Amino acid sequence: MSPDMKADKNTYRAGPDNEGRFGKFGGRFVAETLMPLILDLEEAYRDSKNDPDFKAEFDGLLAEFVGRPSPLYYAERLTEYLGGAKIYFKREELNHTGAHKINNCIGQILLARRMGKNRIIAETGAGQHGVATATVCARFGMKCVIYMGEKDIERQKPNVFRMKLLGAEVIPVTCGSQSLKDAMNEAMRDWVANVADTFYIIGTAAGPHPYPELVRDFQSVIGVESREQILAKEGRLPDSLVACVGGGSNAIGLFHPFLDDDIDMYGVEAAGHGLDTDKHAASLAGGKPGVLHGNRTYLLMDDDGQIEEAHSISAGLDYPGIGPEHSWLHEMKRVKYVPVTDQEALEAFQICTQYEGIIPALESAHAIAYVLKFAPTLPKDHLMVMNLSGRGDKDIFTVADALGAKI
Amino acid sequence: MAVSRIDQKFAQLKKQGRCALVTFTTAGDPDYDTALNILKALPAAGADIIELGMPFSDPMADGPAIQAGSIRALKGGMTSRKLLKMVAEFRKTDAETPIILMGYYNPIYIYGVDKFLEDALKAGVDGLIIVDLPPEEDSELAIPAKVAQMGCIHLATPTTDPARLTNILKNASGFLYYVSIAGITGTQEPDIGSVRAAIEMIRTQTDLPIAVGFGIKTPENARVFADFSDAVVVGSAIVNIIADNIDQEGLANPALEARVLDFVKMLKAGVREAKRSKGEE
Repeated sequence: MSPDMKADKNTYRAGPDNEGRFGKFGGRFVAETLMPLILDLEEAYRDSKNDPDFKAEFDGLLAEFVGRPSPLYYAERLTEYLGGAKIYFKREELNHTGAHKINNCIGQILLARRMGKNRIIAETGAGQHGVATATVCARFGMKCVIYMGEKDIERQKPNVFRMKLLGAEVIPVTCGSQSLKDAMNEAMRDWVANVADTFYIIGTAAGPHPYPELVRDFQSVIGVESREQILAKEGRLPDSLVACVGGGSNAIGLFHPFLDDDIDMYGVEAAGHGLDTDKHAASLAGGKPGVLHGNRTYLLMDDDGQIEEAHSISAGLDYPGIGPEHSWLHEMKRVKYVPVTDQEALEAFQICTQYEGIIPALESAHAIAYVLKFAPTLPKDHLMVMNLSGRGDKDIFTVADALGAKI
Repeated sequence: MAVSRIDQKFAQLKKQGRCALVTFTTAGDPDYDTALNILKALPAAGADIIELGMPFSDPMADGPAIQAGSIRALKGGMTSRKLLKMVAEFRKTDAETPIILMGYYNPIYIYGVDKFLEDALKAGVDGLIIVDLPPEEDSELAIPAKVAQMGCIHLATPTTDPARLTNILKNASGFLYYVSIAGITGTQEPDIGSVRAAIEMIRTQTDLPIAVGFGIKTPENARVFADFSDAVVVGSAIVNIIADNIDQEGLANPALEARVLDFVKMLKAGVREAKRSKGEE
């Protein structure tokens, strides 16, 4: 397929192609040992898409276990405070386990069961994906092993305990930068050594094909619901969408169902201490295309192709890459990617808490920070939907620390 | 030379009825000079073919030993350019021993595939083993390498079935690398019976020499696998000797080089004892 899938199919929603590419991004850059498994997964996923029972079970669990649909909520006081666009929050933080992550975990564990795998592994940064994975493993009675950087274990103790309560084994990763990318390396090492019985639940819309596609599809429930909900409330589609982007699963889940509509989209990258420093996690603004963790995508790296450590106050955005579909949407200029610093996210965290009575995850606070900058410049009849991807209870210690408060 | 140097080496070994000893060390581990000294001394110690690791920040297919070696090399400032310079230095003293680079795709992709192939050939590199490029991604590097006459060593694993093997062999040259375990380097013990069966299956599909690696740690192991393969690869066990002979600042102690080379000699003795039936002894 040509890099311009839009030209071929008159749509932004046709990717990936048969080789798992979005333009030049994506692909299957994995060890030979994993290839047969990746191909099996692709086949199982294709079959499941045509299986009405699979869809019924997925939808049923989303409704009754996760608590979907999540509300589309008019953020009235924030809208008044900013005096511009009419702001809606897609309330993914109200899902079971407190974030959008569970949508994907439900889909993937159903695939694991379909493939006859009974041991689940996952990587986690902030612990949200780890908790969501441990949760579905408990629900389906599967063995669960979570890889987590030692640094992240230290800064996310409550989530570590949650995972253990749910019956998961949490394995500290001591190599490299001891954060999300190293947890992913270690999970891939486990996978390669346990191919026969193990399913790897990747937490974001990245990794080797077909992960970026299937994670996106499982998360697209966010955009599909938002579309119905805004039509019901406002009688028309929104003018803009805003979501934070680490690997980018909550953003692609919101954006994808709207990609062919005349709607502006903003993906908010974590700019850490600032793009002019070496402490950020903005792989599109500060990186270049490379190959890591099974896919070609924008990555933070040095001139020699060595991957650099990312930094963000939000552990969930602390990853030096991004899902390949975002890299493609960036190059196609379909989605605009904008940076928000730690400081701006912290301010947005407090404003959202105080004006809306919602404590957002620090990840989602990045999206809010962009809304704070952007909404006041827009007319009052501009409809904006922002994905409030997670709740911030897990972050209160980090925020207290940053604000110099003692708990 | 390039791929032809590998072909010549295997032709020569076959004539002598010998299995090749392939050693793996990481370029720049623990530092440039020590690594180069070891490299230059490896052929005399018994290495028939040299695998030189290209250090990478995220070595997903490697166990703790080679991960640590990679980190030491990067801390010491190793880069792709310095690695090629090291190979060129080696070539001044050795025109016969094939050098294969083993690593991950990103540093080559960032260097630029065509430019890398050109510079690597010029430096005296004969082949590449890139673990995160399965045959599905052959158009990235394997096909350009073939055109450039650079050896492109493909990997087959315990999860490879005959249908995939056909795909793997399509653009393979130099030799085929059989990964003896489903796992990462230097961890589990390979099961000799299943490795032997896999190699017999592969031989029905190709005339390429077959190397076995990923779990071979001792001279005795090397002997066992040399009985039925064309080359045995030892990596982590050598890299561990480097790790055991550096101080807390990462500086090599004076005995490091000799200890590495003594171990290679023992490996070579193991390989020589193999009861090989092939060849024209």
